[in-house]
Amino acid sequence: MAQDTKSDDEILGKAYDAKLMKRLLGYVKPYKKYVIAAIVLNIIVAALGPLRPYLTKIAVDDYIVNSDFNGLFYITLALFGSLVFQSVMQYFLTYYTQYLGQKTIYDLRVKLFSHTQRLAAKFFDKTPIGRIVTRVTNDIESLNELFSSGIVMVFSDVFIILWILGFMFFLDWRLSLVSLSVLPILIYGTFLFRKKVRESYRDVRFHLARLNSYMQEHVTGISVVQIFHKQKDEMKNFSSINQDHTTANINSIFYYAIFYPAVELISSAAISLIIWYGGGEIIQQNLSLGVLFAFIQYTEMFFRPIRDLSEKYNIMQTAMASSERIFKLLDNDTVIKNPDNPVLLNSVKGKIEFKDVSFAYNEEDYVLKNISLQINPGETVAIVGATGAGKTSIINILTRFYDISKGKICLDGINIQSLDKRKLRKYISVVLQDVFLFSGTIRSNITMNNPDISDDKMMEAAKLVGADRFINNLPLKYDEPVKERGATLSVGQKQLISFARALAYNPQILILDEATSSVDTETEILIQRAIEKLLVGRTAIVIAHRLSTIQNADKIIVMHKGEIKEIGNHQELLTKKGIYYKLYQLQYKDQEVIV
Amino acid sequence: MTNLFTLKKYFLRYKWKIVLGIIFILLSNAGTVYVPLIIKDSINELQSTLHQESITRYAILIIVASLFSGIFRFLIRQTIIVVSREIEYDLRGDFWSHIQQLPLRYFQNTATGNIMAHATNDINAVRMFIGPAVMYSIDTIIRLVIVVVIMVTISPIVTLYALLPLPLLSILVYFVGKKIHERFTLIQEKFSELTTKAQENFSGIRVVKSYVREENEIDSFKVLSKEYLQKNMHLVKLQALFQPILFLVTGLSVIIVMWSGGVSVIEKELLLGDITALIIYLGILTWPMIAFGWVVNIIQQAEASMKRLNKIFNEPYDIEDTADTNNTIDKIKGEITFKNVSFRYNPNSPEILEKIDLTIPSGTSLAIMGHTGSGKTSFVNLIPRLYDVTDGEILIDGHSIKTIPLSVLRNNIGLVQQETFLFSDSLLNNLGYGMRDPDKENILKAARIAQFDKDVKEFPNQYETIIGERGITLSGGQKQRATLTRALAIDPQILILDDSFSAVDTNTEEEILRNLKSFMKERTSIIISHRVSTVKDADKIIVLDKGKIAEAGSHNELITLNGIYADIYYKQLLEKELEEIN
Repeated sequence: MAQDTKSDDEILGKAYDAKLMKRLLGYVKPYKKYVIAAIVLNIIVAALGPLRPYLTKIAVDDYIVNSDFNGLFYITLALFGSLVFQSVMQYFLTYYTQYLGQKTIYDLRVKLFSHTQRLAAKFFDKTPIGRIVTRVTNDIESLNELFSSGIVMVFSDVFIILWILGFMFFLDWRLSLVSLSVLPILIYGTFLFRKKVRESYRDVRFHLARLNSYMQEHVTGISVVQIFHKQKDEMKNFSSINQDHTTANINSIFYYAIFYPAVELISSAAISLIIWYGGGEIIQQNLSLGVLFAFIQYTEMFFRPIRDLSEKYNIMQTAMASSERIFKLLDNDTVIKNPDNPVLLNSVKGKIEFKDVSFAYNEEDYVLKNISLQINPGETVAIVGATGAGKTSIINILTRFYDISKGKICLDGINIQSLDKRKLRKYISVVLQDVFLFSGTIRSNITMNNPDISDDKMMEAAKLVGADRFINNLPLKYDEPVKERGATLSVGQKQLISFARALAYNPQILILDEATSSVDTETEILIQRAIEKLLVGRTAIVIAHRLSTIQNADKIIVMHKGEIKEIGNHQELLTKKGIYYKLYQLQYKDQEVIV
Repeated sequence: MTNLFTLKKYFLRYKWKIVLGIIFILLSNAGTVYVPLIIKDSINELQSTLHQESITRYAILIIVASLFSGIFRFLIRQTIIVVSREIEYDLRGDFWSHIQQLPLRYFQNTATGNIMAHATNDINAVRMFIGPAVMYSIDTIIRLVIVVVIMVTISPIVTLYALLPLPLLSILVYFVGKKIHERFTLIQEKFSELTTKAQENFSGIRVVKSYVREENEIDSFKVLSKEYLQKNMHLVKLQALFQPILFLVTGLSVIIVMWSGGVSVIEKELLLGDITALIIYLGILTWPMIAFGWVVNIIQQAEASMKRLNKIFNEPYDIEDTADTNNTIDKIKGEITFKNVSFRYNPNSPEILEKIDLTIPSGTSLAIMGHTGSGKTSFVNLIPRLYDVTDGEILIDGHSIKTIPLSVLRNNIGLVQQETFLFSDSLLNNLGYGMRDPDKENILKAARIAQFDKDVKEFPNQYETIIGERGITLSGGQKQRATLTRALAIDPQILILDDSFSAVDTNTEEEILRNLKSFMKERTSIIISHRVSTVKDADKIIVLDKGKIAEAGSHNELITLNGIYADIYYKQLLEKELEEIN
């Protein structure tokens, strides 16, 4: 799986794939009008450039040669007019095609992001986050060029060439043929150059990637380099990679060094041909000077659209590769299925039953085996066990982040698989050990931007868990900005905020994964009190790390290697001298001082 | 501009190639400007005298002149642009050589991404200055002078009018280019915001799903995407101006020539060929005028980049051989003494180690225990001078380690770090990484001691197997045993293991420890571990707590002491018992 997706990022294949293209064009459909308008505009604008040499021909032949001042004036005005018109049109054309591209990729980006929100936890556990981020950002970005300049501009280039040809043949077809005789060389040369540049660019990129990964790797491992005192040897390695990169670049200079002068030479050859052949025709009075004049200008005009067309290949290639990756993600349907006709619960009491539940993340590798237990409404149940006992998996299956392999989980007697999973999650609040805060404000982290939670409700929640004290000491109080991952807050503060978050949602069922990280005594007492408040009046399942929590629990469930080994209250289990007794010695005994 | 002066020494290194390049620019321009003159003459002659032979001669001349110019144009790139790549090579080499000498402190305070950005973006910006910017500015100036002189000789008045709009082009390119750069930076900022948002969402997806906030997340992602779109369109508004401005200004010049030149022709002051030549010259001038504005931007960006690079070049090495270094020391026996050693990472960060006094006699073993953050790793990092002590002194064999040549010190210490780091290279190269003359026999010997040999035999290409990104992935335990092998292979007098068995199963660990026992005879060893089983046989065990030595003694002594060590010991016994329950 990992290898399969790794090669994903290296796909760089065809420049055109009809199926992909069709699907991509589907996203332009809403903007069909814009596309058509852009193409029509293109055809018109494309004509204006080639029109001017024709006008200068008239200026020369009809007015300058005939000494017609007025005529020359009007033709100059016409030239000026066409220039201004072309410039203005060109501006709007560029603007709207870019707008089209931006709009399309906006739609696609939002669609892709929305899709990811529906994917199951399994997908996120299995896929490196960086890769999903790349799909939504860079891959989408590389489609921009395709939509904005690729599709529409191809028309523009083709039409400019057609218009030039049209004017030339209209003026003089023989001279056209003569001057166009260099065209095949130009086209062939351009495409050959593109090909060579592409190859050498690939070479440069390869060596650049080596250089970068060398640096990245050795900066990361700089301590190893220094511990073994290898700087001198590493410098040799670096120099050789650096040299390869330089050589690759110098090789690519060669193509540019040949190409640009070659293009100039080809256009000079065309001019030379025009003067030689056209001059001969003028001597024989078959041609006017103005035509010669116009043709010299046309030869200069050919190059840009041809060069642009050859560049489109690269755009297409990157876009196809990106779109393939994007569609692959869009087609991913790792989702937890919602029932077609979900059972509606009018009010939730909070009775939870596990009936012979077994669960495995992969195939037969069971992390939970035949779990049966019943939690009555309002009860607090503490789950204890060593690492790897399967505690976290209980959270995962109860909230349907994962579906169980065998057995049945019921809420108020109803199988949770027949409930709307979004409703289910609304009944259950989960407070995870690793508190995740989003960048935003304290307020947005408590309410999670839910408009149903009023300011009063939010502040009440914060007060109940005792978070209000430190929040009120912040300069902006509830509007204090929270940085990514809550970097500016302490561990204890982050926990209190996550408690407030859970409380503000006032769920019927609470799942609390207590954090193991140590905090100072004052904060510890604050957290203990907050937890007590949190558990009142609702069904609660606590993955406990605090002695106070397990002592207050109605029931303690001792899990070991995926199975329930002991159930009872603190005193009962202690006297039993079984697993719980050992766990108590190991994890909880030291906490007696605080309690 | 002052920062770019740093580049002087590089330019001087290639001065002859650059001078040659400038001569090529001169010669090539001579050819380029000659072509329009030929066209002018041919058209002028066509208007009056009519000779097929002279026409043919002109046609051939055009090709010859273009060829001449083209050859030199080829040579310009082969000299000046090549030089820019060579200077880039030198600069990047100097950069890297400097970077890898910087103390670990620097890397702790600087993100890898930052260093990478300097190595790629900044060096590239400077390269753009050295190559294209220098080439185009010299080319532009030379071409501008020659062309304007010729145009003036053809017709001073028409030239004056025609050239009027062109400086506008440079100015516009400069300002628009600058604005574009600004707006582009804004786009990049938004883009990274968008990236952060996606990253944050995907990382916190469980919270999002738990609180059923998907719709809300989508909405706020939409808002950001929209802002990103707007920022893009903000740039487009300017960028879309570029082409029209270009058209307009150059087109305007041509039209001016058509009009005022046309009038002059009618008044018989100029010939038709003269106008043709003027129009072609305008075409020749267009690109240099654009380049002018562009070059100014490049120079500004290069200056900013060079400033950042110079800042790195000015970072001191801190830890290096100095005048106090005693070069007669070429061996180490292994007695380590900490004298009143205190250490902190930064002047205003808390103390990590406080007044440590300790002697480890050569040939003995010391084990260190303690909670996370108690200062264990800092303790051992001070010995090979990855960091220098803040206060006090560390001695080896009675010499202050600051007087021992760095190469002698580090070549005699095998430090296995807590975080295993291997290069994506063959196993053999990795294992022999620290050896002066890697030989397979000693590597194999080390691998056997570290219990890694058996694993390697299972790999597809044994010791030639590539590991890391481009090869196979090693398990945590394998990595630890590989880094142990690497340290053992240099035959160190002092071996330091910083929690190096955490991912190795206990049975293998016991075997490694048994193997090490005979290897460590006559050598000094320091072992950090969380497991009592690892440390219990050490000659001396110390427990670090909040940067101080809280307990010290042998296993039995510490158990009797009934302090932190004993507590850890009993807990681990319980854990073992729990593990054995089924």
